[in-house]
Formats: sequence, structure tokens, C-alpha cells
Amino acid sequence: MRYALLICDDESVSPSNDELETDPVHQRFLEELQRRSPEHSGVRLRPIVDATTVRVRDGETLVSDGPFAETKDFVGGVVIIECADLDDAIAIAAGHPYARWGGVEIRPIWE
Amino acid sequence: MTGAHDQVRAAVEAAYRQEWGQVVATLIGMTGDWDLAEDCAQEAFASAMATWPRDGVPRRPGAWLTTTARNRATDRLRRDSTGAAKLRELAVLDRVDPGPDPGEPAAEEIPDDRLRLIFTCCHPALPFPARVALTLRTLAGLSTAEIARAFLSAEPTMAQRLVRAKRKIAEAGIPYRVPPAELLPGRLAAVLAVLYLIFNEGYSEDAEDRSARRSLAAEAIRLGRVLVALMPDEPEPRGLLALMLLHEARRGTRTREGVLVTLEHQDRTRWDRILIAEGLRNLEEALAMRRTGPYQLQAAIAACHAEAPDAADTDWPRILALYTQLTALTPSPVVELNRAVAVAMVDGLEAGLRLVDELEGPLDGYHLLPATRADLLRRAGRTAEARVAYERALELAPTEAERRYLTGRLREL
Repeated sequence: MRYALLICDDESVSPSNDELETDPVHQRFLEELQRRSPEHSGVRLRPIVDATTVRVRDGETLVSDGPFAETKDFVGGVVIIECADLDDAIAIAAGHPYARWGGVEIRPIWE
Repeated sequence: MTGAHDQVRAAVEAAYRQEWGQVVATLIGMTGDWDLAEDCAQEAFASAMATWPRDGVPRRPGAWLTTTARNRATDRLRRDSTGAAKLRELAVLDRVDPGPDPGEPAAEEIPDDRLRLIFTCCHPALPFPARVALTLRTLAGLSTAEIARAFLSAEPTMAQRLVRAKRKIAEAGIPYRVPPAELLPGRLAAVLAVLYLIFNEGYSEDAEDRSARRSLAAEAIRLGRVLVALMPDEPEPRGLLALMLLHEARRGTRTREGVLVTLEHQDRTRWDRILIAEGLRNLEEALAMRRTGPYQLQAAIAACHAEAPDAADTDWPRILALYTQLTALTPSPVVELNRAVAVAMVDGLEAGLRLVDELEGPLDGYHLLPATRADLLRRAGRTAEARVAYERALELAPTEAERRYLTGRLREL
């Protein structure tokens, strides 16, 4: 099964890439990711202040600032994993540092 | 002839209750297809109804039904071109296939997949109401209409809930398995919560409802017994089974002519001694494993009441000790309220009342708070305050039986 892990939080913590790289929790997450899902890829997203949303309504393109979702938490990164089942995906997601203050949404990939 | 036919009918009905879950569980294990499993199980029971009157009831109905259902599944998959891959997996099992007449396969050839089924039905990625519905449908074999009636929802809504749950299991990759040791405690707690909810839903049924449909409380107890048999070394399933049995034993005495009867005034000679004995036996076996848990503690409290020859002989110090343990393990204001009653019985009414008053905030709007308070005030002789509390409880009480009881109390003041 392939899943997208949407790494979400309210951006109140926002460690830098360098800080994440040296965070032991994040290092353990990467080890566990490698073990359970050798095939994976991912990207980190810049904060929502840099986001732009595009909608097309009645043929008109509407561009606005900020993310589409009007929720407290925002997607800050996406990891694509391939593993046995949902329990495996839950185990990987639970190891992500953001799971401790934000949350990780697991979405099966529609294929 | 009619007599023989009725006998066979009864045998099929008994087999349905006994074997449905196992037939479905085994078929899901073989095909991975929940709808196919249910359809083929249904067909196997229909086939039993048609052939058992002629051929007699097989020695092991469960094995007969599983084999028949499996043969149906093989036929269907053979006809369906996309079923070819699944069929290759089934080929392994075809070696034990005795042909169109299932005959009497040996018991060890049929795996018992019910444990995998119950853990999958109760997976935390499914919404709680879906876990309950799925457990009742696939394990207990209730129809969608029966489940909808039991939970006072419309049949299409319930059908939709079941469809969505089964779809999520397939699309989100929820595994069909008993969780590994590191996940087991949390997942088992989720299973027990589903069974206990089913029981409690059934416990509030009145006599009229119960005669018209299969009792949810009885289904919960049946599933509890299955779980205990499948996980004999886990204490909490036994604790839950004991708790349900001890409550069930008192069912007939909880109301009299439509009026609630409190534990203190129930006719103990009418408590079901057979259920109590089974409950106590299970509790004892659970406690002997020396791994305590919330269901064992609640069952131990129920056992104190079940074993007391009359209300005055209740072992309140032990009940208080058990509630204190329970609050430490699963803190909740409702448990605190029950503990407050035990405190009142052991340390005096005023001590109990002080604790009850502290729960005013967290239990605001819960009818048992003023009802408990009223009872303690009445015992303490504080009649005027008791009256106010009874009146408040009367406003909040959700059932007619409770309102009648409270009205009676008010009148007696």
C-alpha cells in the first residue's frame, strides 16, 4: 500500500531544516522510515505565509493568499511511503516529530 | 413430519447464531472480500435449510457450513474474470475440498479467524459507531435492519455506515489480523469497549423491545464468551464477561411494574444464580492472572453486590477499595460519583456528600448526580434539601421508570 503522510501543525514551533536534521527524534523517524518503507519520498513545505491558493469559479481564475483549508493546522510537509498496511503507516507516522505537537494525517494514495 | 422440519429449522437457527461469525471470518481470511464472504455465508445457511431436512443435520454443522460457503465463493470467483488471482490463493485450500458434498472435514482444516475479524472490526481507524455496527453484522450475524432498529437509526443510514466501513478497510489497508504484542493492549481495549457498548445498549432495552428482537445484551455476552475462548490468557476479556454476566443476572429485578428498583431493594432471590456463578468463575480466573484492569475491577465491585445475602451485608469497605483503584486506573467523574456512595457507606453520609458536591461542575446535567445527592440527604435526615435534589433529578431523568421511582421517593419524604 502507498500512503501520503501529511505532516501538519499550527506553525507555532517551526524548527529550521538544520534543527530538524540534528533532532534525535527526527533521526529515529528517518531510520524507522527506511526500515518499514525503503521506497519513500517527501518534501517539506514552506510556511503558509508563502502559500497562494488558486480557484476557478465560473471560468474566472481567483488567486488568494494563504492556504485553502480554514483550519488551525496546516500541511507542512508530505511524505510518500510504501508499506504493508495501515498499522505500518501508523507506526511510521507516530515516529514523526510533528506528531508530538501537531499531527500526521495518513491518506491512502488513490491509484 | 412437521415436527422433524421444525427440528431442522431449530438446528439451522442454532447453527446461525453459533457459526455465522466463524463462517464469515474464515471466508474473509480466504478471499479478502467482505461482501463476498457475507453473501456466501448467507447462501450456505440457505443451502442448509434446503438440504438438512433431507440429509439430516451434519455432525459438525460449522464445518459443513464453512465448506459449503467456501465452495460457493470458489464458484463465484471462477465465474468472475477478476477473481482469477484470488482463486489461485484458494487453490491451496481446494486440496482439502471434498467436492459438492462437503461431508465431514476434520476440525483442524478449518481455521478459526474470528479473532482476526473482531480486531479488524474494532480497528481505531474506523469511526466508533461503525465498529459497533460491523461487529454486530459480521460477527454476530444481525441483519442491517436489526442493527438499525437497535440503534434507532434508519436502515439506509446503517447500511451506508457498513458500506463505508468495509470500503475503508479495503482502501486504507486496515490489516486483517490479530495485532502484534506491542499494539495488543490498546487494540484489545478498543474491542472490549465495543462489546461493552453493545451490552449497555441492550441492558436498557425494556421487556417489550426484547421479545420482538434479538437481545443485544445476549449478543454481547455471546461475543464475550467467544473472545474469552479465543484469548484464554488475557484477563480483561474475562473481566468484561464477568461484569456483563453479573449485571445480566439482575436484569429481571431492576424494575417492578414499570418503576425502577434500586440495588438495595431488588429481590435477591430472583437474581439468576447460574449467571452469577459463571460471572464469579470468570472473575476468579481473571484475577488469578494478576494483571488488573478496569473491567476486572468493575466486575469485582458487581461481585460484592452479587455475593451479599442482603443489602445490609454488602462489603462496602471492599467496594470502596475497588473504586479507589478504579479511579486511579481510569479517572472519570462518573466513577468518582460511585466512589462517593461507597465513601458514604463506609465513612459516613457527610463525607460522601462532600465528595458528591465537588462533582457539581463536571457532572452538571447528569441526572444521577442529584439523584445520588438526594438519596444521601434523605438518609442523613436533611429532608428539605433532599426534596430539592429529588426535584432536580426528576427534571433530568431520561427514562419513565426512573421518573416514577423519583416521584415515589418524593412522595415518601
